[in-house]
Formats: sequence, C-alpha cells, structure tokens
Amino acid sequence: MLRGDLEGEALEEHVKERIITTTLDTALNWARANAVFPATFGLACCAIEMMSMVASRYDIARFGSEAFRASPRQADLLVLSGRVSIKMAPVVRRIYDQMLEPKWVISMGACSSSGGMFSNYAVVQGADKFMPVDVHVPGCPPRPEAVLYGFNKLQRQIVGDPDLGWRQRYNAAGTEEWARMETGVPTPEALAAARRVVAREEKVEQEAGE
Amino acid sequence: MPDAVGLELIAKEINAAHEGAVRETGHEYGSATLVIAAGKNLEVLRWLEETPGQEYTFCSSVHGADYLPAEPRFAVHYELLNRDRVERIHVKALLGDPSAGTDDRWGEGPLPTLRSSVGIFPTAEFQEREIYDFFGIVFDGHPDLRRITMPEDYVGWPQRRDFPIGGEPVIFTNTERERAGWYE
Repeated sequence: MLRGDLEGEALEEHVKERIITTTLDTALNWARANAVFPATFGLACCAIEMMSMVASRYDIARFGSEAFRASPRQADLLVLSGRVSIKMAPVVRRIYDQMLEPKWVISMGACSSSGGMFSNYAVVQGADKFMPVDVHVPGCPPRPEAVLYGFNKLQRQIVGDPDLGWRQRYNAAGTEEWARMETGVPTPEALAAARRVVAREEKVEQEAGE
Repeated sequence: MPDAVGLELIAKEINAAHEGAVRETGHEYGSATLVIAAGKNLEVLRWLEETPGQEYTFCSSVHGADYLPAEPRFAVHYELLNRDRVERIHVKALLGDPSAGTDDRWGEGPLPTLRSSVGIFPTAEFQEREIYDFFGIVFDGHPDLRRITMPEDYVGWPQRRDFPIGGEPVIFTNTERERAGWYE
C-alpha cells in the first residue's frame, strides 16, 4: 500500500485492524519459545538422534531452534542425550550452572531419565537426581520425532505457563543468578521479592481452583 | 602360540632358572597358558621377553579377574606376543585375597599386591591402573597408581564379584507382586 491510498476514517480503521495489544511477558515468552538455543552437548548414542534432528529430514529449524551453541553461556536448552555416568554428572551439572537464565533441560531417552538398562554402579539412575529437568522423552533412543514432540511440549510450557518451571517445583525461588550476584547467596531483599512472587502465584492458583 | 610340547619346554626352562615359578601349564581353547606363582611374575615375564628364541617382546594386554568363590581368588593375566613369529603366550598369576573371611564388601581391608610390570612393558601402565581401579589389586612399583575410569573419590572395587551391583530396583509386571505396596 502506498502513501495516500487511504485517507481519514478508512486509514484509522486500517491501523486499528493491524495492531494487537499484549503484555510484555507474553511477548517475551513467545519470543523465547520460538528461539531456543540448545547447547552442543552429546552424552551417548542418543546424541546421534539429536544430530539427525537438526539435519534436513527432521529439521528442528522449523521450530526456530537450529542454532546449537558451543558455549553454555549462549545456550538456554540442555538436551541430556544419553546415560550420565557418575563421573560425568559433575561436568553436566557445571555446564548447567554455567547456562544463563532462563534455562530448560530435556532429558532425552531412558538412560538419562531413569538409568535405563544401565542399572549398575557407574551410571546415575536418572539425571533429575542432581539437576532440574523439564521434559522427559522416553525411548531407547527416542526417534527424532519424539524429541521434537518433547521440544514442542517445552515450547508450550514456555509460552503458556512459564511459572511451571523448575524453581517452583523444587522450591528454589531466590537462587537466581541476579539474586546472588553480589555475595553468592541470595540477599534478604531478593528472597523477600521471590517469596512475594510465589505467594502471588499461589493466590492466583487458589482463586482459579475455587 | 607354542605347541603343547614347546610350552612344557618353556615351563621347564623357566623352572630351571627360577625355582617354583611355573605351577601349571594349560594348552586349550587356542591359547598356551603358564600359571605362575604371583611372587615370581617379573622373573617369568623378563625371561619370556629376553631369552633368545622366545622374545615375547610385546605385551598386548593385561587383565584382572575375580574367580570368587575359588581360592586363590584373583588373577592377573598377561597376554604376550612375539611379533616376528606371530606367537602368543598367556601368563596367569593367581593371587589370594588378604582380607578373605572378613565382611569387606567395600574393599577397605588389605589389598592383594603384585609387582608392577611397567619396568618391562611400558604399555602395561594404563592397564595396571585399570586393574587397580576395578579389582583393587595393587601393583608395587607402578609409577602412577591412581584410578583411571572411575572418579578419583570413588569407594570400592566395582568389578569384584562381591561388590553390590548398584542401580535401583525396577518394577516390572512379573515383579509387582513381590514389591507389594509400590503403588501407594
């Protein structure tokens, strides 16, 4: 449309039709969910399926998540693709801790979800023993479609109900990086702020329940 | 590999040089085996490496083994190779368990000890570390005897037969009755 095509009332109507209003949080979460940056991090054979998920046949780029970052500082999704041995667990945990918030974790396959077939002395029986996990994808290994489905579930979580994140499930409000930036432990103000947020959310939930 | 007669000759010659070093010979499953006294392992290995006409100069692998409840319980296997004749010989050193009879499932008691063969075969260094890691067999004179695959703060010797297998019990349809109450 060129300048001058519409005038007066018609122009006003045209502009009104093309504006949507929303809250900043909604827009932010919508943007986050559609540009998740996974970390380039493979643990075992599931990583092969994860790689094919990026390639053209399955193509995670359809969901805006094709940019695997080699640094945890630039990633916000960790896909645990394989069994986590007890020697690897501290490394995984350190990578997770190095990721910036907000961050999400997909536990891909039976091994990282429950130890899988490796019920023995060397493998952690489920990665959620030492770190928060948002989505568990079953399978040995899961097909790339299954991982994509789990990824879609995660996107839906990010868009629809971001507060169902691990901080609430693990009662870890106040441990955000910004809250303990100065001293390494949460400041009283940060803790109080976090508690206020939690209380407000609980109240909303209660009212919704009633 | 040496044939059965050749193996007996080798055993005889080693015993002539080192009294009581070779206890048994075995020639089955396609391998010639010398069962030796654990205290004489270095003498036997050096003899096999240096004696003209033998010259098993390459140590292709070192294994640990746990034969519980047999006695002696542990064994260290050396697989030697002569690369000119492409002949292999298998040397097996049997080791008793110094903490036998005690309830020592975490392997905190005294450990079986053997002299390290790293001075003869440098390639044995990592393999002896691995045996130490999994079976708790100490190699005297090893330059750097640390755990190699398990974390350094790991407790216990996981490939021993009396080591708790670990993991978690899993409910299957055939075990759900034995584990009554799991659904509560």
